[in-house]
Amino acid sequence: MSTGILEFLTIFVLAALVGNEVIGRVPSILHTPLMSGSNAIHGIVLVGAILVMGSASGAMQVTLAFLAVLLATLNIVGGFVVTDRMLEMFKPKPVERAPKASDASGDDATGSPK
Amino acid sequence: MTLNTWIDLVYLLAAIGFILALKGLSSPKHARNGNLLGAAAAAVAIGFTFAYPEVRAHTLNLVLTLVAMAIGAAIAVPAARMVKMTAMPQMVAIFNGVGGGAAALISIVVFLLEAPGKPAVYRIAEVLFGVLVGSVSFSGSAIAFAKLQELMTGRPITYPAQQAINAVVGVTIVALAVGTLVTGNVPLLVATAVLSLVLGVIFVLPIGGADVPVLISLLNSFTGLAVAASGFTLNNNLLIIAGTLVGASGILLTRMMSKAMGRSLANVLFSAFGSVVTAAGGADGSAESRPVKAGTPEDIGVLLAYARKVVIIPGYGLAVAQAQHTARELADLLMERGVEVFYAIHPVAGRMPGHMNVLLAEANVPYDELKEMDEANPEMSTADVALVIGANDTVNPAAKNTPGSPIYGMPIINADDAENIVFLKRSMRPGFAGIDNELLFDEKTTLLFGDAKDTLAKLVAAVKDA
Repeated sequence: MSTGILEFLTIFVLAALVGNEVIGRVPSILHTPLMSGSNAIHGIVLVGAILVMGSASGAMQVTLAFLAVLLATLNIVGGFVVTDRMLEMFKPKPVERAPKASDASGDDATGSPK
Repeated sequence: MTLNTWIDLVYLLAAIGFILALKGLSSPKHARNGNLLGAAAAAVAIGFTFAYPEVRAHTLNLVLTLVAMAIGAAIAVPAARMVKMTAMPQMVAIFNGVGGGAAALISIVVFLLEAPGKPAVYRIAEVLFGVLVGSVSFSGSAIAFAKLQELMTGRPITYPAQQAINAVVGVTIVALAVGTLVTGNVPLLVATAVLSLVLGVIFVLPIGGADVPVLISLLNSFTGLAVAASGFTLNNNLLIIAGTLVGASGILLTRMMSKAMGRSLANVLFSAFGSVVTAAGGADGSAESRPVKAGTPEDIGVLLAYARKVVIIPGYGLAVAQAQHTARELADLLMERGVEVFYAIHPVAGRMPGHMNVLLAEANVPYDELKEMDEANPEMSTADVALVIGANDTVNPAAKNTPGSPIYGMPIINADDAENIVFLKRSMRPGFAGIDNELLFDEKTTLLFGDAKDTLAKLVAAVKDA
């Protein structure tokens, strides 16, 4: 029993160290997407909610577990979708600038959604 | 190998996927793939969870699980797809809060399952941690959402005896938690959960609107820890690893964010305490009656067209007006006339760090025209015009000159160093931090009121005529 908790503690400590190392220096443009992305990752709590629902019995436990599954799904699905939307704004290459005045204004007129 | 071993192996792969996802998310090149990898890892792990016999033991429960997931996805996908770019931060707050709520609920249900058998003290401690941190994250995120959505004031909320009340709530929670630990009593745990919800609210209330992004990052880290606690109660490695990863990297990210604002985390979280007077200072309308210089689009168009160097300082107002495309049009037009133009981006311009970069990238503004604050500031004194579009707090000299101001100490873009300052503003309303901006009354400053998109379009026309 106590070896079990020790194993989990080991995993916990190692994961904490990895979490600290892995993100390193993040440019400030990525602070928001990184926050949003890690927000999605802890949505994996859905796995826990599914497990708990499996063993829940009685109206009270089932209701609470149902809520847990619902909330966790919101977290994981919404989290990943929102992050992807943020990141699709980062185009791989800067757009070429049109050299002539008339071209540029034409581009802009069509390029800006009304 | 047994079924459980297979599932554990899949969980291990998912954990590696999450680590790589975080790594990818911290570099611009791999960010999107990192996120997709994380999503794929999560999907596989969730799928394999249904292989556990106990998950499929009761058909009714299994059906309810699937129904709850279907409802959740049906709400989350459209919400996440439809939300405006400007409202992203509060969306993240909500998705984070519900995760914390889920973690707290899981811990409670596990406790209900085990309570009749008098669980060991360390088991109760795991449950308590998950319930406490998850609840704080849930209610704290809800208040953060309300602040960002402007359902309530963005100013720090302070009230008499605030510290005393906080202390009483804190001590009571500790007492309840110890009671739960000793007795294993269910009502005591529920009381701890309820009071933790209260703690989340009173923790967030005194934090000013401009600091809320840092707070969301902190609460995100809290939810990670709550998820790790759920992992402990469920003996589930994947939850421990994923939760701890987010908890640890989240703390680091939170510190980076507050550093980008030039403040310590403690200052961000607790600066409103004992500053009732300062925080309320900007509330009265006395300053609004002071004279300001308002210009016409034609005047400002000429000023811009014949300038040598123009610095555009975008803020949340630009985002709200969806004016990023028009701003780019104006910048392009000026550059064609030979004016040197760049955008000076404050790290917290918009509502979250990096928010403005995302919005300008959407308008196809090339990266090399965006300068971060530290790069832009030395150039401000050589700029002929600082064109401030819907920004306010991020150029407010009070951050440099007025000790006691809620934003004192926050680095700003030194728009006041430019020869002329032009503000495009909707109104004289103070910025998100709720404090007046002396720069608006400076004699170098010209104001142009109106929706940023309209006024920018007028400026484009004026520059063409000039």
